[in-house]
Amino acid sequence: MLTGALIVVISFAYVGLLFAIAYYGDKRADSGRSIIANPYIYTLSLAVYCTSWTFYGSVGRAATTGIGFLPIYLGPTLMAALWWYVLLKMVRISKAHRITSIADFIGSRYGKSHLLGGLVTIIAVLGIVPYIALQLKAISASFTTILQYPNTLVSFTSETMPFVQDNTFYVAMLLAAFTILFGTRHLDATERHEGLVAAIAFESVVKLVAFIAVGLFVTFGMFDGFDDLFSKAAAVPELNALLVQGGAGGNYTTWASLTVLSMLAIILLPRQFQVAVVENVNERHLNKAIWLFPLYLFAINIFVLPIALGGMMHFPAGTVDADTFVLTLPLSEQKTWLALLAFVGGLSASTGMVIVETIALSTMVCNDLVMPILLRWKFLGLTERADLSNLLLAIRRSAIVLVLALGYGYFYLAGEAYALVSIGLISFSAVAQFAPAMLGGLFWKGGTRLGALYGLSAGFLVWLYSLLLPSFAKSGWLPITFLTEGIFGIDLLKPQQLLGLQGMDEITHCLFWSMIVNVGLYVSVSLWRRPTAAEHSQANLFVDVLRHVAAGSGSRFWRGSATVADLQTLLGRFIGPERASESFAAYARSQGINGVEQLTANAVLVHYVESQIAGSIGSASARDMVASVVVEEPLALEEVMTIIDEASQALAYSRQLEQKSRELEAATNELRSANQRLQELDRLKDDFISTVTHELRTPLTSIRAFSEILGDNPQLESDQRTKFLGIITRESERLTRLINQVLDLAKIESGAAEWHPSALDMREVIEDATTALSQIYKGRGIQLTTDLPDGLPVVYADRDRIFQVVLNLLSNAANFCDKPESKVHVSVIEEDTALRIEISDNGIGISAADQNIIFEKFRQVSDAMAGKPKGSGLGLAISREIVQHYKGRLWVVSTPGLGSTFAFTLPLPRSKLAFLAA
Amino acid sequence: MPVHALIVEDEESILLSLEFLLTQEGYSVATAQDGAAALKAASARIPDLVLLDVMLPHIDGFEVCRRMRANPALRNTRIMMVTARGRETEVELGMALGADDFLTKPFSTRELMGKIRILLGKTTGSPPA
Amino acid sequence: MIRPTLKGQRLVALFLLGWLMFNYPLLSLFAGNARLWGIPLVYVYLFLAWAVLIGAMALIIERRDH
Repeated sequence: MLTGALIVVISFAYVGLLFAIAYYGDKRADSGRSIIANPYIYTLSLAVYCTSWTFYGSVGRAATTGIGFLPIYLGPTLMAALWWYVLLKMVRISKAHRITSIADFIGSRYGKSHLLGGLVTIIAVLGIVPYIALQLKAISASFTTILQYPNTLVSFTSETMPFVQDNTFYVAMLLAAFTILFGTRHLDATERHEGLVAAIAFESVVKLVAFIAVGLFVTFGMFDGFDDLFSKAAAVPELNALLVQGGAGGNYTTWASLTVLSMLAIILLPRQFQVAVVENVNERHLNKAIWLFPLYLFAINIFVLPIALGGMMHFPAGTVDADTFVLTLPLSEQKTWLALLAFVGGLSASTGMVIVETIALSTMVCNDLVMPILLRWKFLGLTERADLSNLLLAIRRSAIVLVLALGYGYFYLAGEAYALVSIGLISFSAVAQFAPAMLGGLFWKGGTRLGALYGLSAGFLVWLYSLLLPSFAKSGWLPITFLTEGIFGIDLLKPQQLLGLQGMDEITHCLFWSMIVNVGLYVSVSLWRRPTAAEHSQANLFVDVLRHVAAGSGSRFWRGSATVADLQTLLGRFIGPERASESFAAYARSQGINGVEQLTANAVLVHYVESQIAGSIGSASARDMVASVVVEEPLALEEVMTIIDEASQALAYSRQLEQKSRELEAATNELRSANQRLQELDRLKDDFISTVTHELRTPLTSIRAFSEILGDNPQLESDQRTKFLGIITRESERLTRLINQVLDLAKIESGAAEWHPSALDMREVIEDATTALSQIYKGRGIQLTTDLPDGLPVVYADRDRIFQVVLNLLSNAANFCDKPESKVHVSVIEEDTALRIEISDNGIGISAADQNIIFEKFRQVSDAMAGKPKGSGLGLAISREIVQHYKGRLWVVSTPGLGSTFAFTLPLPRSKLAFLAA
Repeated sequence: MPVHALIVEDEESILLSLEFLLTQEGYSVATAQDGAAALKAASARIPDLVLLDVMLPHIDGFEVCRRMRANPALRNTRIMMVTARGRETEVELGMALGADDFLTKPFSTRELMGKIRILLGKTTGSPPA
Repeated sequence: MIRPTLKGQRLVALFLLGWLMFNYPLLSLFAGNARLWGIPLVYVYLFLAWAVLIGAMALIIERRDH
């Protein structure tokens, strides 16, 4: 019924679909319309946690331990509650320092240590490669099961065939191609892969839908709901025993240690670090993921036990491997399409894990293992090479192929061996070794590089000795006596009964001993010696990250000589010259600088370049590379390397001390001047607020006083009442006007005002303004004349705003006039580059001292205004802002007693000034 | 002899309201709109009470207060300063310069009259007629 | 902006509650042959507690408090 060809076509079509999704995701990312920038996709990508081990293995585990499969999902649920502190910190630190893998993270935390980064990488590769093999095996086994059903009911025992005939080999190659294509498309400081994440999120949907579909079919199709299924299971003695064998599948210690392990795994597995931290688009997405991710786990676990029980009741005991129930139950009921869906679901669970894990491991291998070594080999001359980006890409791609090849090789060799079946928890135990260095590094400033190094190494060795090697022994690759009699026959050294400790399962046993030595050495060695300056500064940056708001800025003070060009060339070597120049342009824009040529090579720029490079080659190497340019010494790299190797710790210490004191001095000066600026700003703001307050309170005072007078004196005569009410109305209007103008001014000053420039005929604007004020002028007996020549060139400006300026100047002029024969004259003069508009009056004039201050806010020529309705004192300030917005000038010429002339200019479009402004 | 009050205030409408209130209380009232006029009016006829705005053109209220206090003839004159800025430091400065009381705009007319009555020692002043 | 204040503390409290609910000795109270709706009690309990925990997390995260 299901031919091999069909299965192969479907699997390859499915992977092809992944290619399409990833391609679309990358396209959208390139055009700036990300499809993954939301918390739902983020949550789905986190679900890469659920591998084929979940999809097939949970049912198998449930069939032997009842609810014993659950701690693997309860742990992450619990950890999610702590994400608010833990993961948020990791995300923020990684974004600030361009950290791209967990090895980079731990290395960077402890003084940018190459050694630690390398150690973490090695542990991760050793711990995870078999896990990748397990996924490949699941793919292979599901092929076999679905193809040979019902002939080979006991599946997962595929005989080894030459790999050229093995479908899994081609799937692995396809996955390598996918990972290379979408995982190393280009070198980017952030190392984010939007298309890849989109594909992973899609896979998470597929596996969830497939598993739930099978669950629904078993529970409601083969049985009559949960009630029916469980009561039928209860009738079978051995199933009933499974269901009631104690609350935690029999052993509370195992239960608790699995919970702890999975709690740690959800933040420490390289693939989880990749999707949760490196690929995180926005830290706010983390909020929703805190409850949505556990919800996903909840959903995918509801039907595990029903499927397990259903399978055990449906198939005669021992005929079908419980691991295959998800496939074989639909097959046995002739539900071909459901079986195919389950097959695709299992495929998605495996491929998702393989892709992300490979990306994460290859980044580590490249940045934390290969690059630091290559850069040290001086005969390669890498430090002088012009463009390293191609080399880096090549290393990345080779690393991907290598990781997948290792995974496939392990799968090919291990086959049915015990070493493969039990690998899930062994991998969890390996990455759990990162926990003390990682969590300690996040919350404890005292942790040092040496402490982390000793703890990690010791924990790793215990893991190797008590879990990995015994799994080899059980597979027959090591003499079994190693397990039963201990190494060299020493009883106390039995790998799974160290020092005679018994009564624990192997996972708990390993967790206990490895954590004892790991945490113990981490803490005690850290406390033994004072942290170095570099460790101390990184510790502060990491632990206090939630307090450091501006990432990077000021985190590193720097003295030295470097040119912008050098730095750009350096960056170009790692990410390619084009991307480097784009990156520099972007940096210049972010600093509000017009062009790259105006940049100065200051500490911030150096830090920026360093963090960009860190994305490509890891933070420790990046620092060395930048140092080589900054001090412009061919020997610098060598020097820094030796320093890191602690061959000359003393030299480093004195240099750091010297640097620290210079940093301190610079920081003090910066602080002092910043403080002065702040105080000045504060004073200005205070003055402004106090003046606004005064201006608001003055009309309020009249309004309140007269309101109360009117209220307390109902018997007032009507003409007096009318007069008082008139004052109240007038003062209210004044208050309104004032508020509007304050808002207007604030808008203009903050740049929030909207401007609608159009071609303006100044003649028409002025005529409209004089018409608007003609009644007032007539009322006061002021003669208004204009001189507006024909054929004036147009200017480009916001008509309403310019009208506002003219109106303001005209009403000011009217206010200055106090003589019986007052005159106001408006004229427009065409100059070379601008139009000049003049408004002259023959009023009282403004003294030389006052001429300077009338344009300030709330300044008025007080006695000139005596007895006249007052303006708000903001009109001229607003007018000047408007004129200046169009690159014009506003000024006054006046002789006290004879009159004043207010004039402003508006640049003509063809003039040089306007050209620049446009 | 009615109480003689001098109101120093450059805002016309506020001046008008104060004038109305004090006249209604039965005081005789003189007014000034800037510091120089205020000092002149005070020496022309010694007031029992001065309502003195702080923000005045040219010579501000604090200076007017200082000069009045420097004049022995105005020894018994009660000075109440009125401000629209309402800063603690202004109150302290006014008091240090010899002002007897301080009021912040906008004020309640009843509070104003109550304070004036207390200031003039007429704690049981007649209610406004 | 994530405010690591009250919400964070509530979530940590929830973590402690979850650990308590999902482990010995509370877990052992539900072991045994008892059933609810035909389903073994410990199974019902674990999934209910799990659901409650997720619900509480959602409530804490999504609630707008001032």
